[in-house]
Amino acid sequence: MKGNVIKYERDNIDTDVILPGTYLKLHDYDELASHAMEGIDPEFHAKVKDGDFIVSGKNFGCGSSREHAPIALSHSGIKAVLALSFARIFYRNSVDGAFLLPIEIDEEAYKNIANGDELNISIETNEIKNVTKNQTYHMKPFSEIIGKIIAAGGLFKFKP
Amino acid sequence: MNITEKILARASGKEKLSPDDVVFVNVDKVMLHDVSGPGVIKVFEKLKNQGINVEKLWDSSKVWIAEDHFVPSADKVSAENIVKLSNFSKKYGIEKHFKYGLGQYGICHTLSHEEAMVLPGEVYVGGDSHTNTTGALGAFACGLGHTDIAYVLLNGKIWFKVPETLLFKLNGKLPEHVMAKDLILKIIGDIGTDGGAYKTMQFAGNGIDEMSIDERLTLTNMTTEAGAKNGIIEPDQKIVDHLASRGATEFTQIKGDSDADYSKTFEYEASEMEPIVAKPFSPDNIVVVREAPTVELDKAYIGSCTGAKLEDLEAAAKILKGKKVKIRTEVLPAAISIYKKAIEKGFIQIFLDAGATVGPPTCGACCGAHMGVLAKGEICISTTNRNFPGRMGHVESQTYLASPLVTAASAVTGKITDPRDLN
Repeated sequence: MKGNVIKYERDNIDTDVILPGTYLKLHDYDELASHAMEGIDPEFHAKVKDGDFIVSGKNFGCGSSREHAPIALSHSGIKAVLALSFARIFYRNSVDGAFLLPIEIDEEAYKNIANGDELNISIETNEIKNVTKNQTYHMKPFSEIIGKIIAAGGLFKFKP
Repeated sequence: MNITEKILARASGKEKLSPDDVVFVNVDKVMLHDVSGPGVIKVFEKLKNQGINVEKLWDSSKVWIAEDHFVPSADKVSAENIVKLSNFSKKYGIEKHFKYGLGQYGICHTLSHEEAMVLPGEVYVGGDSHTNTTGALGAFACGLGHTDIAYVLLNGKIWFKVPETLLFKLNGKLPEHVMAKDLILKIIGDIGTDGGAYKTMQFAGNGIDEMSIDERLTLTNMTTEAGAKNGIIEPDQKIVDHLASRGATEFTQIKGDSDADYSKTFEYEASEMEPIVAKPFSPDNIVVVREAPTVELDKAYIGSCTGAKLEDLEAAAKILKGKKVKIRTEVLPAAISIYKKAIEKGFIQIFLDAGATVGPPTCGACCGAHMGVLAKGEICISTTNRNFPGRMGHVESQTYLASPLVTAASAVTGKITDPRDLN
């Protein structure tokens, strides 16, 4: 999985920022995508490219349970969010709905990955290669159930 | 095992569960509202296109629906969502659908206890993050997204990783000027917005035993702001009596074993508690009210599942009686049943005489949706639960989270005010 980084160097990026409350009434996925990250970065929609990754700090996706948040990111082209930690509902919405991969990274990776860097991520080896900087980081492996749901392609395709 | 482990063990048919075990649990109740409902309908459409049968729910009698976020309909899109929701309950035979303008309705987390929709010992999931609220009844109550709720509706079960439990003990009765809101803000300030992440936050101690159900609900409600999977309080006679008064008498109370494990215990002395506000832009950004910054407030908001229960309105009315508000003040009771009681008790008259506007039950302005949204640069003091950037309106508006007592006192002065300092 290859793509470029859009980095938000802060903690607690909440779902109100990812998809502001006023758009909760919308359920068209492309329309939601057009408002992604509007609460923090009005330029996001114009700059995001298919295959991009978001990199951010602790507790990404905290707040409201709105599945609109991973949907808006996913339909903007985001394939994975790399963060120091995730809030639980955003995490399971991302995985169970097969919208994007929530990847936990360590402080070293967080510090070194810069806006615009090209990454090559392998969830088979749990390695993140920073092509731009010629560095390699390790992601936290998915727990057993999360790995299985991801491999199946979402909760509905997963056979317990 | 503690109460959460015992409920999950019962619901998954296991003898014993420990933190980190992953289980599929049978769900007892599931809730959708006018935001998560249309989201679930969209998931159903996707599943249908993939050849998955979505013609029948696992058990329609266990499903209930609340219209609360964009009601009364804020615009054409939200009006259509209400129609979609009505068609959904008609198609699947869901009888418990609380419609606005048709008798009892209100915010889902308020209806859950007002209408005894959830009982002690049950596994209850809802398409809303503040589903945690209902854990105050002694249920495992947890918020989920659209895909997970769709899965529950079709299969009657869902996976959970058994959470470890943080135990918060309150010793003694809270002073008169301090509310449960102050305590939970203090706790979130202490552990941070991810301090309870993936965990259970359980409340106990003689201070909790003394506490009313309305106040307990404020505690469990805001466990969400610490990232918790669920908030819970072991049921007692108050809960039994409350549910009995609503006709619900058949349930099995589950309580933790005397040798139950808690990963960490926190102790709070009630007598040391002070009124607290959370400053923008995070619920953990707390300060004692008497040390709060001097800001010119534009608005006071008394509403939401967190801060518009009957006792919240009573607290605000106690402050506002015979006084005038200095800033725009909006009061929105959390359910029609509460609205009616507030009229009977004279609270609504007090609010109107003070100059406040009283509106219908809605999540409305709490989530920046409609009916009281903040403009750029406006500063609000609010009985609600979150104050992230843009939560209640413009991304450059600001919200201070406070108890109904502090919010009402601040409405009178136009500044953040400790209720003890109001003349």
